[in-house]
Amino acid sequence: MRYWTTRRRDVLTGYLFIAPQLAGVLLFVLIPVGLAIWYSLNKWNVFTGKQVFVGADHYAALASDPQLPSVLLATVVFSGGVVVLNITLGLLIAVLLNRQFRGATFFRTLFFSPVVVSVVAWTLVWGFLLQDNGGINGLLHAIGVDGPNWLQHGDTAMLSVIVSQVVRSVGVNMVLFLAALQGVPSELYEAARIDGARSRSIFARITLPLISPTVLLTAIITVVGALQSFAQIAVLTGGGPELSTTVLVYYVFQQAFEFNNIGYGSTLALMLLSFVMVLTLLQWQLRRKWVFHEQ
Amino acid sequence: MITARKLLGALALTTAATLTAACGASSTGAEGSKATDVKLRMTVWTSNEDQLKLFNAIGDAYRADHPEVSSITFESLPFADYNTTLTTQIAGGNAPDLAWMGDLSKDLIASDALVGLTDKLKATSGWQYDDLVDSATKEFSRDGKLYAYPFSNSPFALYVNTDLLAKAGQKIDPKTLTWDQVAAAGAAVHAKTGKAGFVIRDFDYKSWNTLATVWTGFGGSAWSLDGKTCTFDSPEMQRAFTFLHDAAFKTSAMPGPGTKADFFAGDAAFTVAQVSRASLLTGSFKFGLYPLPAGPSGKYAVLGQAGVGVLAASKHPDQATDFLAYLTNPANAAKLAQFFPPPRKSLLTGAKLAENNKKLSAAQLQEVVVDQLPNAVTLPNHASPAEIAQKGKTALDALWKADADIPAVLKSVCTAIDPILAK
Repeated sequence: MRYWTTRRRDVLTGYLFIAPQLAGVLLFVLIPVGLAIWYSLNKWNVFTGKQVFVGADHYAALASDPQLPSVLLATVVFSGGVVVLNITLGLLIAVLLNRQFRGATFFRTLFFSPVVVSVVAWTLVWGFLLQDNGGINGLLHAIGVDGPNWLQHGDTAMLSVIVSQVVRSVGVNMVLFLAALQGVPSELYEAARIDGARSRSIFARITLPLISPTVLLTAIITVVGALQSFAQIAVLTGGGPELSTTVLVYYVFQQAFEFNNIGYGSTLALMLLSFVMVLTLLQWQLRRKWVFHEQ
Repeated sequence: MITARKLLGALALTTAATLTAACGASSTGAEGSKATDVKLRMTVWTSNEDQLKLFNAIGDAYRADHPEVSSITFESLPFADYNTTLTTQIAGGNAPDLAWMGDLSKDLIASDALVGLTDKLKATSGWQYDDLVDSATKEFSRDGKLYAYPFSNSPFALYVNTDLLAKAGQKIDPKTLTWDQVAAAGAAVHAKTGKAGFVIRDFDYKSWNTLATVWTGFGGSAWSLDGKTCTFDSPEMQRAFTFLHDAAFKTSAMPGPGTKADFFAGDAAFTVAQVSRASLLTGSFKFGLYPLPAGPSGKYAVLGQAGVGVLAASKHPDQATDFLAYLTNPANAAKLAQFFPPPRKSLLTGAKLAENNKKLSAAQLQEVVVDQLPNAVTLPNHASPAEIAQKGKTALDALWKADADIPAVLKSVCTAIDPILAK
């Protein structure tokens, strides 16, 4: 019997097609995660290359790390703020721009353009604007308002990094929402209007349910993106003042690459990974309750 | 299923082969002193073209006499990420052969990550080991053995924008100048011109170690001499930080947090910076350069240092050490002195330093470099510098508010860094 049957050829072809992706996942995800697990079980002197197996010591250290509660709180506030603002603002802008009016294309380009700007360049400019004697306070001063020293106080520093992040990335969600809004059949709106429905209830009962798959997608992307935000924090505040803007991913970087605690840094990275996985799974499970075509 | 298993097997085999090849490649690195085609790499944090040109010229001259060395590369890394990049290179098995080092030196020495230099330098004909100034080698030595050559020994000095002082009607006497007088003149300049008073360069309410240029004059120090106990909460440090706090929040002699002012752009009346920063002077205003003002404890001097050492992880430690001895011999040290104040007594005269210095006179260099070096203390330097810096900064952030409880904040700094000092 011939070995290379059609079925076997098809199977091989299939595997060859997914091989590049599999190789990427293996090299850049699975092997690093495996190494991170190994590093988390060892104390590594990076200068000499010596590793000592310490078992679960680094995991036990999570409980006694005095900075970790503040870091987790900052992570929740930052991620929560970014997700809520980003999705709300993205949807609002998309709804406003989902009409035919003069300049619609200009405004769509305007809101999307920050997405293509380098995150470091973007954040550096915001850093100058947010100085005590910077552009934002200059504008506020011109209208008679005494602006705060944005980056020097915990609350305003957190607000600053959230806003700079949202303004830079809201364009992505806006485009996704725009595409979803344009996919809603216009007959449904016409029928609703004939039945006497008002704009608010049309949005709540027709638009929102029909674009709910996109809301789910943007929610997942934004949550994951917010938990991975690093450059904004590093450039704008360096995690300060005090620990007010030290989010988990920045803390991982500090521990692993600045303090050379590779083992503890890896443990924190695995904790971050587990947070992302749990949140994504949770959102995926919840989709049945509010994504219309999952019911 | 069989195909899938075979494919997975092939994938595993390929991965194993790749890893084996990688390990094989790295294992060929350790060569004896008779190696050929030796490629040396030295990491530096300067990107100054003239400095790199000089290093390349010295490298070329060395290679002319050492045909076994096929190339010497000077790899310029950004200063802000220098320690992180160097550490990552070492951890990743890609350590340079030689490296500049600042506050990372203590960690490298404590970890035996550097090659001892004393024997080689003493044995090198004409190197003149006894020519080195003791105060310069202290930070880079352990148990009497030198691990990095202190190629740059730049004292901190007070730069004065005399144009701004004149505009504000202020006069100072550099011979008897005190920090209180600097603060008073700085506050007057700020009030009359809107420009900043005094700026501790690179501090920016983050790099608190640069404040040693002030607190040393108040008799303060970050930790005890043995480096085991924090002394931030001492009365001397309380006095020094009260002075700085008043300057930032009461008299406005120093720009507050979040306010940028660059002395070299003409934005401030005074700045404390290393003498080597004189290269930033553009001639757009008249300036004076003086030793640091006296504090309540009298006159003092603070030094910023950089060293160059050979990494123990180098694939060619013998050749790298030999090149280091050549790079720092008396003739090349004299060439390097045009950019970096040298650690050699024979080169430490105002006249010698002025030979290649376009900005400062022999008298200025004598006063702010040569006369200061013998008794200068270095900026705080300790093992785990980044962790101490970050934990100290996090605690010290609470001080930079108008209503800060200074003693309580300084005590919290000790609470934060004492466990690291005690390691």
